[in-house]
Amino acid sequence: MIVKLDQRLYEKMLAQAKEEFPNECCGLVAGESGEDIIEVKEVFPMTNLDASAEHFSMDPKEQFAVVKEIRCLGYDLLGNYHSHPFTPSRPSYEDKRLAYDEGAIYFILSLKKRDEPVLNAFKIKGRSEVTKLEVKIVEGGEFNE
Amino acid sequence: MKITLNGNVVEFEGGLTVAELLKKEDVDMPDMVSVELNGEILDRDSFGDQLVKDGDTVEFLYFMGGGC
Repeated sequence: MIVKLDQRLYEKMLAQAKEEFPNECCGLVAGESGEDIIEVKEVFPMTNLDASAEHFSMDPKEQFAVVKEIRCLGYDLLGNYHSHPFTPSRPSYEDKRLAYDEGAIYFILSLKKRDEPVLNAFKIKGRSEVTKLEVKIVEGGEFNE
Repeated sequence: MKITLNGNVVEFEGGLTVAELLKKEDVDMPDMVSVELNGEILDRDSFGDQLVKDGDTVEFLYFMGGGC
């Protein structure tokens, strides 16, 4: 399973992560799911209600509004993203504990090395079993398998 | 009855509470789900009592959060 992410959308997530640093940022990810390729079409920055460097939670009211916007655009809600300002790009104990949606893709953007941000995507089953997905960042929608 | 659930029209036989609807939708942990009924976010304590009626619009989504 490959996750295709346009460079523009990656830059959008990164800009938000840097702007909200040292707090964690978060957002929703929308796109289209194919059999072998998942294509991210848009990312939606969200408010981190916790305003914390160590955890995040989204505002349900904001989530409902964005989910409806995603539907209007004809996309599916693929999952969410958040930043790890000081830790690696992997699901933490807390990330796994709170991964209630097994169908969601969890993107984690690490700013541990500020000059070398790392983005990974995961599926989390049973709030414990983590599968890393392959993320391809592409320029202007160009993509070769 | 017919309701709009997460943007799709679905049909159920008879009446349902929100809790019963979530169960039918395979939601294991309703305490970690937010539900909007006809545009109003419901208190989780009301899931067991709140009836869903024909023509209602229901949205539900999982809590999203985490830590580092």
